[in-house]
Amino acid sequence: MPSSLEGALFVFLLATFVGFEVIRRVSPLLHTPLMSLTNAISAISLVGSIVIAGGEKSQLSTVLGTIAVVCAMANVVGGFVITDRMLKMFKKREPGK
Amino acid sequence: MAPYFIQFSYIVAAALFILSLKWLSHPTTARRGVRVGELGMALAILGTLVHQDIVSYRWILVGCVLGSAIGLPMAVFMPMTHVPQRTALSHAFGALAAALVGTSEYYLHTGALGTFTMAALSLEVILGYLTFTGSLMAFGKLQDLVPSRPIVYRGQNVVNLSLFAVAVGTAVYLVMHPGQSGLFPVVAGLSLLFGVLLIIPIGGADMPTVISLLNSYAGLSAAAMGFVLDNNLLIVAGALDGSSGMILSVIMCRAMNRSFTNVLFGGFGQVQKAVGTAEQRSVRSATPEEAAAILEAATSVIVIPGYGMAVAQAQHKVRELYDALTRRGADVKFAIHPVAGRMPGHMNVLLAEADIPYDRLLEIEEINPDFPRADVALVIGANDVTNPAARHDRASPIYGMPILDVDKARTVMVIKRSMSPGFAGIDNELYYMDRTMMLFGDAKVFVGELMKELTGSHVRV
Repeated sequence: MPSSLEGALFVFLLATFVGFEVIRRVSPLLHTPLMSLTNAISAISLVGSIVIAGGEKSQLSTVLGTIAVVCAMANVVGGFVITDRMLKMFKKREPGK
Repeated sequence: MAPYFIQFSYIVAAALFILSLKWLSHPTTARRGVRVGELGMALAILGTLVHQDIVSYRWILVGCVLGSAIGLPMAVFMPMTHVPQRTALSHAFGALAAALVGTSEYYLHTGALGTFTMAALSLEVILGYLTFTGSLMAFGKLQDLVPSRPIVYRGQNVVNLSLFAVAVGTAVYLVMHPGQSGLFPVVAGLSLLFGVLLIIPIGGADMPTVISLLNSYAGLSAAAMGFVLDNNLLIVAGALDGSSGMILSVIMCRAMNRSFTNVLFGGFGQVQKAVGTAEQRSVRSATPEEAAAILEAATSVIVIPGYGMAVAQAQHKVRELYDALTRRGADVKFAIHPVAGRMPGHMNVLLAEADIPYDRLLEIEEINPDFPRADVALVIGANDVTNPAARHDRASPIYGMPILDVDKARTVMVIKRSMSPGFAGIDNELYYMDRTMMLFGDAKVFVGELMKELTGSHVRV
C-alpha cells in the first residue's frame, strides 16, 4: 500500500512535532501524571487488539488478541484513573493561610 | 456507513488526545485534560466496535472485563510511593499488547505482507517484546524483587549488542523473506531476552531515565502498530507517547549530566567505589533541640527532599513541619531536583499527596537564586544533587551535573541515617562545611522530634 505509506509517515511526522511542542510546555511539576496520561492514551492500541480478538480468524490470533485486549484495557482504565487521582492532590495554598 | 463512523471517531479522538496533553501543561487545567482524554478514548473504542471484521464480541468482552479488573484496583489502591512501579508495569502491558497484535497479524498474513508493512511489524514486535521484559525488570528492581544495584559482568556490552544485532539481522532477513515463519519466534525470543539483559546492569537511581526511555519505546511500538494496521489514530497516539518519553529521557539525562549511552551501557555506581574514603574529616553533628532553635529563628527555609525521604515515609511529618514553620511566619519552599525520586516528577506527587501546596514546589532554576538569602537549607534524604563538587571538582564523577546550591544557605542541615556515601559512591563535601549541621537519624523520626521541639516551645511562649 504505497499511497497510504506516504500518508502514514506524514501523520507520524506531524504528530511527533505536535507531541514535542505540546509536551515541552508541561510543567516538570506534572511529569509523573504526564507519563501516566500518555501511557493511557497510547493504550489506544486497544482498538487494534479489539479487531483481532473479535475477528476470530484463527485460534492463535483470538488468544493473542484477547490477551492484548486485557493488557490494553488495564492501561486504559488504570492510566486515566491514577492520573486523575494524582492531579486531584495538586492544590494551591488556601488564601489566608 | 460504519467505515465513515470509524474514521470520524478516530479523527475526533486524535484531536481530543492532543488537547488532553495541552491542558495537562498546567495544574489548573490538568484535570480537564484527563476528562477530554477519556472522552477521546471512549469515542475511539465505540467507533472500533462497529468494525466490519468483528464477528463476535465475547472475547472482547472477556478481555475488557479482565483488563478493568486488573487496571482499576492498581490505580485506586496503589500508594503514591509505588507509582513508579505501576508505571513500569503499565509500560510492560502496553508493550505486550502491541507485540501480541503484531504477532497475530504476522501469523494471519504470513507471506502476504508487503515489505514496508513487514518492516513496521518487525519494529513493533522487537520494540514491544524488549520493552515488555525490560519494563518487568524495571518493575522488579523498583519493587525490590530483583536486586536494584547494577549487575555487571565482563563483556556485558558486547554480549548485549551482539544479541540485539542478531535480533535485528534476523528481522531484516524476515522482512525480505516474509514466508520464513520459522524465524519469527527467533526474533521474538531474542527481543524478550534482550529486554532483560538491557535493564540488569542499570542501578536504582537511574530508574527515572530508564522508565522514560521504556515509555518512549512502548509509544513507538504502538505507532509501528499503526503503520501495520494502517490506522492513523494509533500512529498519532503512539507518536505522542513516544515523543513524551523521549523528552522526559532527555530531561532526566541532562539532570544527571549523562548521555543515553552512559546510562544504558555505563554501569554507573560501580567504578567509583574507591574514591572518597581517602581522608577522614570531621563533621558537626547536632541534636533536635539545637536544630529546632535555629529553625525557630529562621524567616526563610528551603527544604531539599530526596528519595530517602520517601523511603522513610517522612513526607507527612515534613508537611507538619512546613505548617509549623509557616505559622511562625517563616517562608518555606521546597527545592525539587529533576531526579529526586524514582521517576520524573515523582517527588512533586509525593509532596502534593502530603498536602503541600504546589506553588511551594520549585524547580532547580527557580530556587537556586534563593539559596544565598535562605536562613536554613534542610536536606532530607538527598545527597548527590546537593554536592558542591559537581560545580568545581573536575575529577568528581558527578562533575557538571546541575545541583541545588544548598551550600550557599546561611545554615545547612542534613538529615541522614549515617555518613555512608550516596548513589554515585562519592563523599559529599557539603557535610564538612563549618555551617553544616549533620542530624543523624531516620528522617521520619527526626522530623517528628524537630516538630516536638518547635511546637513544645510554642506552647511555652
